[in-house]
Amino acid sequence: MEESIAELRETFKSGRTRSVAWRKNQLKGLLDLITENEESIFKALHQDLGKDPVESYRDEIGVIQKSASYSLSCLDTWVAPKKGELPLLFFPAKAEVLPEPLGVVLIFSSWNFPITLALDPLIGAISAGNTVLLKPSELAPACSSFFIETIPLYLDKEAIKVVCGGADVGERLLELKWDKIFFTGSPRVGRLVMTAAARYLTPVTLELGGKCPAILDTLSSPSKAKVAAKRIVGGKWGSCTGQACIAIDYLLVEEKFASTLIELLKKTIKRFYGENIKDLKCISRIVNKHQFKRLHNLLKDPHVAASIVYGGSVDEKKLVIEPTILLDPPLDSELMTEEIFGPLLPIITLKNIEESIELINSKPNPLVIYAFTEDETFKKRILSETSSGTVTFNDSLVQFVCDTLPFGGVGQSGIGRYHGKYSFDTFSHEKSVLHRGFYPELEQRYPPWSDFKLLFIKLAYRFNYFRLILLLMGLTKS
Amino acid sequence: MTIVSAGLFKDCTRSFKSSSSIVGVGLGGILTYRHTYKTNRVRFSSSIPSSYHCCATLSIKMEEAKQTVDVDKTAVLVNELRKTFSSGKTKSYEWRTSQLESISKMIDEKEKEIIEALHKDLLKPELEAFLSEISMTKSSCKLALKELKHWMMTKKVETSMATYPSSAEIVSEPLGVVLVISTWNFPFLLSLDPVIGAIAAGNAVVLKPSEIAPATSSLLASLLGQYADKSAIRVVEGAVDETSALLEQKWDKIFFTGGARVGRIVMAAAAKHLTPVTLELGGKCPVVVDSNVNLQVTARRIIAGKWACNNGQACIGVDYIITTKEFAPKLIDALRIVLEEFFGKDPMESKDRSRIINSFHFMRLINLLDEDKVSDKIVVGGQRDGSQLQIAPTILLDVPEDSLIMQEEIFGPLLPIMTVEKLEDSFDMINRKPKPLAAYLFSDDEQIKRKFVQNISAGGMAINDTVLQLTVSSLPFGGVGESGMGSYHGEFSFDAFSHKKAVLYRSFAGDAPTRYPPYTPGKQKQMKALLDGNLFNIILALLGWFKD
Repeated sequence: MEESIAELRETFKSGRTRSVAWRKNQLKGLLDLITENEESIFKALHQDLGKDPVESYRDEIGVIQKSASYSLSCLDTWVAPKKGELPLLFFPAKAEVLPEPLGVVLIFSSWNFPITLALDPLIGAISAGNTVLLKPSELAPACSSFFIETIPLYLDKEAIKVVCGGADVGERLLELKWDKIFFTGSPRVGRLVMTAAARYLTPVTLELGGKCPAILDTLSSPSKAKVAAKRIVGGKWGSCTGQACIAIDYLLVEEKFASTLIELLKKTIKRFYGENIKDLKCISRIVNKHQFKRLHNLLKDPHVAASIVYGGSVDEKKLVIEPTILLDPPLDSELMTEEIFGPLLPIITLKNIEESIELINSKPNPLVIYAFTEDETFKKRILSETSSGTVTFNDSLVQFVCDTLPFGGVGQSGIGRYHGKYSFDTFSHEKSVLHRGFYPELEQRYPPWSDFKLLFIKLAYRFNYFRLILLLMGLTKS
Repeated sequence: MTIVSAGLFKDCTRSFKSSSSIVGVGLGGILTYRHTYKTNRVRFSSSIPSSYHCCATLSIKMEEAKQTVDVDKTAVLVNELRKTFSSGKTKSYEWRTSQLESISKMIDEKEKEIIEALHKDLLKPELEAFLSEISMTKSSCKLALKELKHWMMTKKVETSMATYPSSAEIVSEPLGVVLVISTWNFPFLLSLDPVIGAIAAGNAVVLKPSEIAPATSSLLASLLGQYADKSAIRVVEGAVDETSALLEQKWDKIFFTGGARVGRIVMAAAAKHLTPVTLELGGKCPVVVDSNVNLQVTARRIIAGKWACNNGQACIGVDYIITTKEFAPKLIDALRIVLEEFFGKDPMESKDRSRIINSFHFMRLINLLDEDKVSDKIVVGGQRDGSQLQIAPTILLDVPEDSLIMQEEIFGPLLPIMTVEKLEDSFDMINRKPKPLAAYLFSDDEQIKRKFVQNISAGGMAINDTVLQLTVSSLPFGGVGESGMGSYHGEFSFDAFSHKKAVLYRSFAGDAPTRYPPYTPGKQKQMKALLDGNLFNIILALLGWFKD
């Protein structure tokens, strides 16, 4: 492993990865990789998580194709130096901000979107001209081996490498020096990553999770309520059956609306995924036994079990948990204190929907807040009184495909952001460069100091050019 | 070495349940101590520059009660600020501007006191104090006041076909309660400049000025107490224990200026609470001098970036020069002449240079200078006066590359000149070292300039000048690699203390069934078209005419 990292460093030193042509080539290679191996990816995702091809396309292949093409089309603009404004006093001079690659970067990806969460940061790292070591999650083994097999065929072997393995490999990697670590996963491991990074002063981007709430206000028409219900169901079970950092974790609704909502949700679930646990379709499974047990244990709490209003059955053999709705489980139950990361949806009822702000603020900052509302004042209140990575109004998950929006958390939900230009920035250092000529030379900058120089500098800082001229002509007193 | 006295450690005891180790920050370096509970013994080691290893094993009476109070006191303070922040008071535009105006007023009204404090701490010449601290802080404050509305504005961004119909924007929101740890070399500027950014972004802030510049530290405490909103802006003075107590709290951002060693400790402490950090560190900032330059101007600008810049005690100050073998004597002559012009025949008498901050750093510098194979390389200066904490502007020619003076950040009035055969060889020499905060080049050759900018990685650069890039508020100021992470100045300061919240607005119309199960092959095609953003394909797909 140390050897391959040394090779990455050599490659970076050679300067090859800095050329825009190399970056574009790699991005094209990545596009080919995705396009030519669509079927294998579908298969791997089905093997690891039971994802339906359409879901796989929507959440993984399509996202990467879009992301890579977007980077390809924008790269020339991104790498161009940005001019900085200068005060007249510096004339003649030129200031610019020049993005440069950080060096050798490490990407830890996660198992829930094994393709997207590995390749999307990779696109950023390549676009910025870095060499990369990718460590995919060992909990999605089919996708990991897919990477091991295909990445060397499509991408520059000396600049982009894949290492597979579990926690021990992760730990070993963290002992080495990197120029950037990009991590997607849990806050617990995120802390370890950042602590390890501190040793070498390595900057980190931490994409973590949190309990993402959805607020459902009373809507003006039943058809809108129906659309909202569809989007809530899609935002809970549609992506990897709730095993997503941006999935809806719990739902906040007014008491009076709860029963109507539950009926709507039930209907939508049945239409989307079917009724019986044996016949569920178009829905992913739980990734492994460990996660299955964790989720099952959440349901076993007697107070929680008593609050189930829909679903609740499980199939341990197939690692399937039925879409489950719970009405008002205790707020101090583990279900409501920990990130759920699975197909359980607690609904918390409130007297007044505005109370949701207080409830959300009593928990760590989530990655996303979803709010279904038509009330403009309430929207403003949510924006200014809560803090989260993202706020999405009247929809779920779609913010993820919006390249112009930064994607990332705040507080417990993470540090740093990516997507689109932000991915490029995440893997770049913005070097500021000031170009000066040798003339004219301002004597007043230099010692020995005098009162005249002091006055000159005072005027200069106020950009009082008129008095400066007077001063230089001896027409004003120093 | 006994410079670091045991007295400093006296209060370092803390209440620990079991054996543990803790690291404290202070005296421009790191103090670590390992405490074994059973034996009640505390082992200290200090590792300020690696050349100084001061280890002492001390038996200390546990002062548990006192220390707990200290941590508790800090916790109470943070809680108070958190309450203020939660009340939403600091988020309003009016609050932010009122605080910034107040600070601006404070700088105007207390200019004399500030200059006096800087004189006391560093013998900083008045003009230098004005140039590099007061007016920089002032203009930073003014710029924030002028631009704040603009910075705070929600930024609209375009949305793609995939989320049509929708609108999207980015909202800047304050991070919360932030900690600013500053340093002693520009104790006024480096304390207030980040604080201005924190306030502009709407945060509650605790400033911990450096105890190594005590006059400025206590002045800041009293002035901010007078001029700023106490419920949201506080100063905590102190050294190791105070800083350790502060680092134990949960912050929403830590902004640190200082050395790389302490930077590591700050970041590790921040990791416990997943707190984002900005680390403004230092490094050995090189100056490469080509032979085709205007010699006099070059010499002046190098001196301005070395001895006229806090006597070399600046993170972006010139650390060493690289030039060609044949050009070195000419450069040295030019430097010698300009030095005399600036600081007189006897530079030890000059009032236009700051002094070394304290005897610890004085000894550290003397140690660099007196190393074997270094002390005989002095070509200019070399005089020293321990009682005045002053060392003359000293130039050394071709010291060994593995000497301490070429390994450590010098941070003082010593300037080694390294020579190379070809100017391009300097790139290798620079790249062999950790990435510096700044890199400078003096040259008239466009090709060399281009190569320099391309091949050298540094926080920032100035071509044909030194230090000046710091004053350009449109340029981000910050390091890379060993010289730090994150940047500030101007709008970058605002951003350093803001979270950029992504907001997507959708309506209930335009709900494509494509997104939802049950999934069909047709849906997959539509999805492809949608994500491609190709309108024509989308229409085809919706009509069912789409072919791969």
